[in-house]
Amino acid sequence: MYFDIFVIPFSAGFIFLFVFLIYTFSRWIHKLTPENKEKLKKSFFSKRFFVSVKEIFSECLLHRKIFKVNPLLGYMHMSLAFGWLLLIIGGNLETRLYSQNPINPPYYPIFFKFFDPVPGDFLFSGFFEFLMDLLLLFILSGVFLAYIKRFRSSMLGMKKTTKLKPFDKLALASLWVIFPFRLLAESFTSGAFHHGGFMTGSLGLFFASFLPVAKLYYPAWWAYSFALCGFFFALPFSRYMHIPTEALLIFMRNAGITQSKEENSFAEVEINACSRCGVCIDTCQFASAADISNVQTVYFIRDVRHHSLKAETANNCLMCGRCDQICPVGIDAKILRQSERTKFDYTGTNSLNYISVKNISKADVIYFAGCMTHLTPTIKISMEKILKASNEKYLFMDKDGSICCGRPTMLAGQMDAANQLIQKNKEIIQLSEAKVLVTSCPICYKVFTEEYKLDIEVLHHSQYLLQLLNNGKIEVERKEFKAIFHDPCELGRGMNIYNEPRVLINKITTLEHSNFDKENAMCCGGSIGNSVISDEKRNSITKNTLSKILTDQEQTLITACPLCKKTFGKYHHKTEDISQVIASALKKITVTR
Amino acid sequence: MDFGYSIQKDNQIDYDKSHREIAEYIRKEESSFNICMSCGSCTAICSAGIFTDFNPRKLYLLISRGDIRSIRKEIDHCMLCGKCQLACPRGINTRNIILQIRTSIKQNKDHVF
Repeated sequence: MYFDIFVIPFSAGFIFLFVFLIYTFSRWIHKLTPENKEKLKKSFFSKRFFVSVKEIFSECLLHRKIFKVNPLLGYMHMSLAFGWLLLIIGGNLETRLYSQNPINPPYYPIFFKFFDPVPGDFLFSGFFEFLMDLLLLFILSGVFLAYIKRFRSSMLGMKKTTKLKPFDKLALASLWVIFPFRLLAESFTSGAFHHGGFMTGSLGLFFASFLPVAKLYYPAWWAYSFALCGFFFALPFSRYMHIPTEALLIFMRNAGITQSKEENSFAEVEINACSRCGVCIDTCQFASAADISNVQTVYFIRDVRHHSLKAETANNCLMCGRCDQICPVGIDAKILRQSERTKFDYTGTNSLNYISVKNISKADVIYFAGCMTHLTPTIKISMEKILKASNEKYLFMDKDGSICCGRPTMLAGQMDAANQLIQKNKEIIQLSEAKVLVTSCPICYKVFTEEYKLDIEVLHHSQYLLQLLNNGKIEVERKEFKAIFHDPCELGRGMNIYNEPRVLINKITTLEHSNFDKENAMCCGGSIGNSVISDEKRNSITKNTLSKILTDQEQTLITACPLCKKTFGKYHHKTEDISQVIASALKKITVTR
Repeated sequence: MDFGYSIQKDNQIDYDKSHREIAEYIRKEESSFNICMSCGSCTAICSAGIFTDFNPRKLYLLISRGDIRSIRKEIDHCMLCGKCQLACPRGINTRNIILQIRTSIKQNKDHVF
């Protein structure tokens, strides 16, 4: 039996971590709703299991998505994660082949070189000697990049890197020294016994030439064991908890579990799966255009995890979803934020039942302009013009103003008030007996689709107008002009509608290419999802966005959201809504106003 | 006989009786409250104002004056739709003011409202 007292710190850390993870994971799974538990169970016995395993391999180990952000950053994560795993597997295979014993204490492969500095010949011994050195070199290259990233993050394509908490610092410091200590310990041992692989062997000879390696190797093994111990003890309380949690998250997500309004542990798993890589900081327009760099998703999630979330951090976000798009872990921060906001809720007696639902006339199409559209009247005038031209029997639901759709209230975390508005609007929509609900505002469109649970078709006006065109209800003529399309956050990333507006505009003019379109679209800065940001900061975001998306000042900026139109209109007067473009290109107008 | 005239209530501010806690709280939490010039754009476009007598301009004035008796009832009519914020020529963060008024009421719930 191989044993030395220095293995105790490592073993203690290892056992602690093992027990902690078993306890935490079972608690999370236990807290899932019964049907989610069923989903998770089923996913283990279907092909989803293999999908999850594949995803864990490509995301947790190879870090494919981080490679997409920056190859060097991806390499750093891959060398640490995949390299370490290979080192563990390699070490285990090596020691099992050597000792011919399938059951070894867990510390044995880790400290193999100490126990058997000159193992002699066994199956593939030369290969393993080479492989283990190569893997260590592979990891050390990642550690080296990590040093650089901490001090010169721009070299790895990151403008800003995350600020750390005490446990993160302990874990990070341990992680930084684990592999250098292993290198030293193995090299000193190799130097003392004149045996070792291409790296540790040569380094050992080099150190032996001027250092008393025979005295040094034992303390070096102690240091290595302590470094591992420090990392294992700090891991559950640091950001490195993401390493085990991400795997669980992938299983849960592939099982079809989503974050729901009723409490479930999925949110907790997501929060713990955040690696705080900081990719979301650079993509956030707050950091690049408004000089706000303490409220980004990474800090928001950190504060949720450490129960130190302030209302200001939760509310100071435009909810544009750019961070969700780039997140290597695939965390849906918008939903997390929305549910955290409800915890700061003012629970008053909201009395929003003041609208009367009498005298609702019957129609085939019910049109809801939305609050923001009432502030950009060209949109509702254009829509009315088109609706009249199409000869559809329509009802303008909020012609004389109406109550809000409920999404702004919801975004402010006031679910009770939002539900009152939803109920009231739903009543009106149902009374109209319409078959289609059309709205001009993507904010309304999102809530109508996701929360109202209507049994009729809900369409954004860009979809509806395309339908009208395709059905020949309206006709348009071509008017060539320079145009660029801006994807509104709520319509694009929010509802995955990218195509319809483009098809529609291309019927009238040829769209010019923008570098910031579709998933990569920028936010106009007008979002009602944020109740904290000041007007000046909003304006600087708007100006910054315009400077990036417009390649030519003569371009007409076409958008499909009244709020975007209003916001951009302040600085770029050629901003038009898609309905305006269609209305001005209408060929036949059968009914005049 | 009604000639269409009435006597308006005295609107003098009695500093001994006014409650300026809410105004002070909001000034601290949302400083843009200070730059309101009471133009009434917010009130002109307010959706809630169409159906109720909810009036952001009046609300801000009452709060500044410390006359907070009626605000609790009024504030619940706001739907937070954000139109007032877009209409405001001074760029005041009106939605946050409403939220801060609500928070302040919650904090002073033993108060006379």
